[in-house]
Amino acid sequence: MRATVAALLAKEFTLEWRTRESVPAMVLFSIATYVVFHFGLDRDRVTGDIASGILWVTLLFAAILGLNRLFVSEHEQGGFDGFLLAPVDRTAMLVAKAITLFSFLCIVELVALPAFGLLLLGPPLTQALPQLVLVLVLVNAGIAVVGTLVAGLAIQTRARDLIVPLLALPLLVPVMLGAARSATPLLRDGGAGALPGNWIAILAIYDLLFALIAYAVFDFLLED
Amino acid sequence: MLTGAFALVFFYAPDDADQGFIQKIFYIHVPMAIVALCGFMAGGVCAAMHLRTREAKWDMRSYVAIHISVILAVGVLVTGSIWARASWGHWWVWGEPMLVSFLIVFLLYATYWPLRFSIEDKEKQSRYASVFAIVAGTFVPLNFTAIRMAQQYVHPQTLATTTGGMPPKFALTFVVALTGMTLLFLTLCKYEMASKHATFRLRALRRRLEGDDDELMLGGRSAAPQL
Repeated sequence: MRATVAALLAKEFTLEWRTRESVPAMVLFSIATYVVFHFGLDRDRVTGDIASGILWVTLLFAAILGLNRLFVSEHEQGGFDGFLLAPVDRTAMLVAKAITLFSFLCIVELVALPAFGLLLLGPPLTQALPQLVLVLVLVNAGIAVVGTLVAGLAIQTRARDLIVPLLALPLLVPVMLGAARSATPLLRDGGAGALPGNWIAILAIYDLLFALIAYAVFDFLLED
Repeated sequence: MLTGAFALVFFYAPDDADQGFIQKIFYIHVPMAIVALCGFMAGGVCAAMHLRTREAKWDMRSYVAIHISVILAVGVLVTGSIWARASWGHWWVWGEPMLVSFLIVFLLYATYWPLRFSIEDKEKQSRYASVFAIVAGTFVPLNFTAIRMAQQYVHPQTLATTTGGMPPKFALTFVVALTGMTLLFLTLCKYEMASKHATFRLRALRRRLEGDDDELMLGGRSAAPQL
């Protein structure tokens, strides 16, 4: 299992490194969204709940861009058949794809978060960075798990890029809720507030539950 | 049964002290919401049975349960918003957890048909729809707990009041209305199943009558499961 996941991950990263398809697009998209938010809201600096809202909505939409591409190479080039012919556990595909998505999101945030601090955020980004990173990790995990499941569901459909956002947005509402509530005090003017523990707990529980659901049903998406 | 419930609603149950006549919409709105949510979860359970047994009838049951529940959900949103207008003064209240989470659940289930329609292969279609139904079915209670924790309690906590503070006349009417709504749901499910069975049977017979080639002409576009 571990060797399979490692092999799949190596394949994913090689593929992304050679084609440079998803990550640059997601980064560009998130920066463009900041610009749009700046003009849409007509503000130079944002703080508190608006800042947290802009950050999460941008990252969510950037993630959906990545979701659309997640299984495309498998679907178009016959990667699914190759994987199914190999005598390996099918859950490895779920784990590998979720880790891939998780790390893509982390890479995107390495650029998108400083850009957010530079372009829009009022208070300095450094004031609550460790707590914000914790929230980001939990959100990324949630998006990765739910997103892999949704992308797997949508890959066989004709209207793939339509189905993915329609399914992913309602399913990710609780994640967005938890993320927005936990990040709001971190981005306030005049020093960061305390991290609300109950929202962190909700995020973690949601991630865990969806990981279990995905583990239970993902096998059925792969048999042909 | 439902007629009886309505009779009780209008003639038996006394008007609510501070909400007056409009409170009577409660006897439609709440049972409808409860039945719709149970229907969604039943759809998930049937879908799990379908994945386990691979029998088309379970897929059909899941499809029908979700179908009727979505129709009820539209009713819930409409009556809920009428009630909100009457008792809180706005058509839509964002601070209100039940209404918001219901909208999210409704939006999620509205994707069920686009999903089914856009998968050509029948076997794959029912398998994917089942996976979706299971995921969405487990999402329903999760979503409700999450949203409920997010906001203050504006909504009347019906389930708490049935055991606690609801006067017997209200409680009786409510229980009758709930039973009536459940029976309505089951009857509608049964009718839809019967009509689907009849349609497929008719189609099969006609196909046999006219030779096998013109299936497409008779079929029309439908994403419903086929037996």
